[in-house]
Amino acid sequence: MITLHWLYALAGAMFAAISVLSALDRANPKRFGNAAFWGLMAASLLAGDVIGDFGNGLLVLGLAGLAGFGFIGRSHPPTTSDEERQAWSEKLGNKLFLPALIIPVTALVGTLLYNYTPLGSHGWIEAKRETYVFLGLGVLLALATLFAWLKPPALAPLQEGRRLIDAIGWAAVLPQMLAALGVLFAAAGVGTVIGELTQAIIPEGNVFATVAVFGLGMAMFTIIMGNAFAAFPVMAAAIGVPLLIVGYHGNPAVIGAVGMLSGFCGTLMTPMAANFNLVPAALLELKDQYGVIRAQIATALPLLAVNILIIYFAGFR
Amino acid sequence: MTNTWPLLGIALVVIGFALRLNPMLVVTAAAIVTGLLGGMDLVHVIATFGKAFNDNRIIAIVWIVLPVIGLLERHGLQQRAATLIRGFKNATTGRLLILYLLYRQLTAAIGLHSTAGHPQTVRPLVAPMALAAAEKQHGELDEATADKVKAYAAATDNVGLFFGEDIFIAIGSIVLIQQTLVTYGYSLTPLELAVWAIPSAVCAFLVHGARLLLLDRSLKRRGR
Repeated sequence: MITLHWLYALAGAMFAAISVLSALDRANPKRFGNAAFWGLMAASLLAGDVIGDFGNGLLVLGLAGLAGFGFIGRSHPPTTSDEERQAWSEKLGNKLFLPALIIPVTALVGTLLYNYTPLGSHGWIEAKRETYVFLGLGVLLALATLFAWLKPPALAPLQEGRRLIDAIGWAAVLPQMLAALGVLFAAAGVGTVIGELTQAIIPEGNVFATVAVFGLGMAMFTIIMGNAFAAFPVMAAAIGVPLLIVGYHGNPAVIGAVGMLSGFCGTLMTPMAANFNLVPAALLELKDQYGVIRAQIATALPLLAVNILIIYFAGFR
Repeated sequence: MTNTWPLLGIALVVIGFALRLNPMLVVTAAAIVTGLLGGMDLVHVIATFGKAFNDNRIIAIVWIVLPVIGLLERHGLQQRAATLIRGFKNATTGRLLILYLLYRQLTAAIGLHSTAGHPQTVRPLVAPMALAAAEKQHGELDEATADKVKAYAAATDNVGLFFGEDIFIAIGSIVLIQQTLVTYGYSLTPLELAVWAIPSAVCAFLVHGARLLLLDRSLKRRGR
């Protein structure tokens, strides 16, 4: 049976290769920091199940230390020049978008076939994980297509992947860290405390008021933390799971997905999300550093209301 | 009485992010403090944090798409995207930004969120084109109006990205939702979640699109 561990192995192998290429990159003054950081990610994906919980904890502390104390830096792996890219773009035209479509189409068609034809009855893939397996397959198919079509150098996908992951840097690991923080919040009872505080203000048995507090809470927590990813585990523990899903039997998929999007409405309104709101204001040389946020508020507020209505009407049928 | 001390963990996140400390350090410190205040000893906290990180490795899976995106960029994907966006040029400011909104939502929905963005497309292409369209219709713009047009260009990029990317199944937020709900015993597929991002995406297009048409109108009034 194909399990998630096959995908961990695939991603782990990619990070291991990126780590080795980082170590060999003499042009990057922080090359050993990058090599150690991506090496730890590879170790987590390849060996996370054998090093024990405390071992994994030390690994995470290592990642945080390398990222937090400036040991990793941006690299400049070999790639094509702007002129070469322009020439390729003119030569290949809009066909260039097609290989990118292979990944989502494989994942979508694969998942649908697996779930709605007898294909799924053989139990070839770990339950509920088939989309990820088809995603991995889509990546491999897209790579094969690109090699057959454009014949890049053998190391090009890894070097180009390293260029992009180094540009993202530690932010690539942050969502996983925030998910782990959410688990600790839950273990320490943070969700329960916030749940008790908010439950005191929600009228008992009023589904709509509960949905509204959930949506507004997602937006508020996102505004103060600057990040919907950090807000979601807290609001899920406080209201989403105990009240909306368990108490009122709401649809978990709607509550999860649209709850996160309610948080994104908060992202549009907060200077804490500097990358999206303050950096572009500087980039565009706006007089008012909050100019972008001002342009977004009148979209964000109605959209937050709409998201709350979607949760209420689609989640509780 | 419930132990409310672990709430300090949230305060730590807020303060740490507000002081612009490195988020990896902030999150780690908040996790350790929260665990200690919740009554665990240090070794137990580190082990719990490590186990939680290990249990959420699936979030790291989404990066396997990067070699494909990188290879496409190597062969001019960003230049192609720029050419496509330049093709929107014969429109009013509002309509041009509506086309860009649609483009941003559709490409984000198929996983191409990194081909556009503030440094890649807004600053070099979308903002100048929106300004040029406004000037063509309404003559020279004063600084406040020019800033407003540029701010709308950046806002359109954010709205398009936020309300497009969650339709793609291999995005951090979808996996995070899935992993959070799994801890409570609700096992969902990424597709079930991504489908529910579509109604909000349509509404985001309608709401922000309407505001862009209103922008056209307010520019027209100013032009006279």
